[in-house]
Amino acid sequence: MPGQAAELVFDEATKRYEGRDGAAVERLSLTVAAGEICVLVGPSGGGKTTALRLVNRLIELTSGDIRIDGTSVREQNLVQLRRGIGYVIQQVGLFPHMTIEANIGTVPRLYGRPRSWIHTRSQELLDLVGLDQSYATRYPAQLSGGERQRVGLARALAGNPPLMLMDEPFGAIDPIVRARLQDEFLRLQKEVRKTVVFVTHDIDEAIKIGDRIAILRTGGHLAQFDTPRAILEKPADDFVAAFVGRDRALKALALHTLAELELGPPADGPRIPRTSTVRDALALAIEKHAQVLAVTDGDAVVGSVTRDALLS
Amino acid sequence: MIVAGGPVIPNFGTGSSCEVNNGWFCTDWVRQHWGDTLQPALFQHIELAAIAIGIGFVIAFALALVGFRFRLVDPPIGIVSDFLYTIPSLALFQILVPFTGISLLTVEIALVSYTLLILYRNMIEGLRAVPEEVVDAARGSGFTRAQTFRRVELPLALPAILTGLRVATVSTISIATIAPFVIAKGLGQPIYAALSQDIFKTEIFTAGGMVIALALVADGLLVLLQRSLTPWVRA
Amino acid sequence: MKTFINAFRFMADNPHLLLTKTGEHLELSGAALGIALVLALPIGLWLGHLHRGLFVAASVSNVGRALPSLVLIAFGLTILGVGFWNNTAALVVLAIPPILTNAYFAIDTVDRDAVEAARGMGMTGRQVLLQVELPLGLPFVLAGIRIAAIFVIATATIAAVAGGGGLGQIIVNQASYGLSGVVAASLWVSALAFLAAFILSVIRRAASPRPVPLP
Repeated sequence: MPGQAAELVFDEATKRYEGRDGAAVERLSLTVAAGEICVLVGPSGGGKTTALRLVNRLIELTSGDIRIDGTSVREQNLVQLRRGIGYVIQQVGLFPHMTIEANIGTVPRLYGRPRSWIHTRSQELLDLVGLDQSYATRYPAQLSGGERQRVGLARALAGNPPLMLMDEPFGAIDPIVRARLQDEFLRLQKEVRKTVVFVTHDIDEAIKIGDRIAILRTGGHLAQFDTPRAILEKPADDFVAAFVGRDRALKALALHTLAELELGPPADGPRIPRTSTVRDALALAIEKHAQVLAVTDGDAVVGSVTRDALLS
Repeated sequence: MIVAGGPVIPNFGTGSSCEVNNGWFCTDWVRQHWGDTLQPALFQHIELAAIAIGIGFVIAFALALVGFRFRLVDPPIGIVSDFLYTIPSLALFQILVPFTGISLLTVEIALVSYTLLILYRNMIEGLRAVPEEVVDAARGSGFTRAQTFRRVELPLALPAILTGLRVATVSTISIATIAPFVIAKGLGQPIYAALSQDIFKTEIFTAGGMVIALALVADGLLVLLQRSLTPWVRA
Repeated sequence: MKTFINAFRFMADNPHLLLTKTGEHLELSGAALGIALVLALPIGLWLGHLHRGLFVAASVSNVGRALPSLVLIAFGLTILGVGFWNNTAALVVLAIPPILTNAYFAIDTVDRDAVEAARGMGMTGRQVLLQVELPLGLPFVLAGIRIAAIFVIATATIAAVAGGGGLGQIIVNQASYGLSGVVAASLWVSALAFLAAFILSVIRRAASPRPVPLP
């Protein structure tokens, strides 16, 4: 079975549909470094799902190329290619007639792994995605939406693929559970270090999840490809600025933590840990009508920060 | 015509007084004629129905594979099977007689025709109802087309297919009662005979009850099969 | 092939006989279908509207399918004696399950959001049924009536063994009419069933909010 993480290169990747004006994806070129999360974000009709499905060839390229660790997807056997790529979709697509364990074991079974191996692996993966091991014998219909998506993630990871494709995986889940799944996904990614291509239409999710964000505009043109911070602070054009939103300055605050700021001497005020984001600190200052916050590290107050300092 | 004929003075043989008077239900007649009439008729009936359902299932499955893969041929297959279904059973028997004669073949062709619509429709609809995202996930996980069909689409269509099998089985058992209009086989035979003998009640009730019971038992067995084969449905 | 040529010759030679028998056939089938509609349709629609009686609807259809037409005719003959009404009764029993079950599921499965919206706008239960549920479920209701019509026309043929009259009388009486007569009547009654099925398909299509493929 495949190994750790792969580099993914889109090289002028283009998809056109016959009889339809314009391309779905137009000469998309970008490189996702091994172990990074690249978020494709954009309005509907921006071709982000199409771009994703070009990678595992559920949609075939019209021209250009996509390479995984230097090997073109066009040159690989279709079935082998897909088995080596984890695939997670919004509707999850669990097999309703199989138990959770059998669902998770889908790809290992295709590789001919023995039953005992699959059993151990699925127990491990249930642990990893935060589900009790007793879920193994249940059927998908017995799980909640959030639990199903966790199983979907476990299924995609089961073959230990170097590359994961995730198409709005948390799109159908309520905001509270979604935030928790996002956090857990980031924790999980620290452990498994896969290369991930993640599609969403939610810019806040993109900023939270992505190491890099690719913003696609209608017709599949790449508008900007950069780190979340660069996109918020220096949007390439009006389209990106509008898509990111008028509150992009506020969103950018969420990318900095207090640890990055120059703190004043310890002072009295509402307490906040130094690992918090500037955005959270500002929210606390407004809520408590405080001009100064006490910044803590563990139990000790290590400094202070004024509301004006937060705003600059 | 049966009712118009028959002897002027009813003669129900030399049996008990119940039989002579054509009582509502004579248990002694049933006991006497179980071995020579009722049991053979029951076995023949099961045979008639089983052959028809077996062949009908194979044909319908082959048609469903084609109709599922090539959407273009689905409407014609549907129209032809619906056309066959519309022909009154008794008429279909008689229309076939000039071709296949007074034979078991005639009866089976007719019975198979009636299973096709039900089985085909259920198979196709079951296969079509497999959620798109499940097929997408299967293909994305690296299932070949054949693996997707065998491991995902077919098992998920199983509840619908088995429901079709239940309906087809029950209606075949029911329609097979008409077989004696062509050949003297099945539980329709004692009924037909009793109608000719000035409506011998016991025989009609017994044989009629047996057909209904057979249909219900077959249906019950198929429900058990359905439950054991598709445990995820109740999950 | 010769039999078929003779069958058509029989039709040409005996138009009056066939038309008379067709008339009897339609009278019997029509009476049975009409009574079954009056009995089963309101019950099916109302149960579907209440989303109650799933067990009744499902059992009626199961038991209905398990009742062989010959057995029904024979039971009717045994219990009610010879005549038009015993056959009508048997045919009514046969026609009720598909009508009732389809009517039930037609209404039961109508989009709940549409029903909810109608209620929210202040429609009474009766108005919801007649103005929202019935129009939306009508194609499925008509599909049940179509099946019932096919059953009834087919079984009315068998009713000839119980003095039912109709085209079945020719089919079961090869002694009088010969094989060509039997085949002629068989083709004739098949055509009659097609015609009825076709008419009901056309009505169903016309009643569908979206085009539904013909059969």
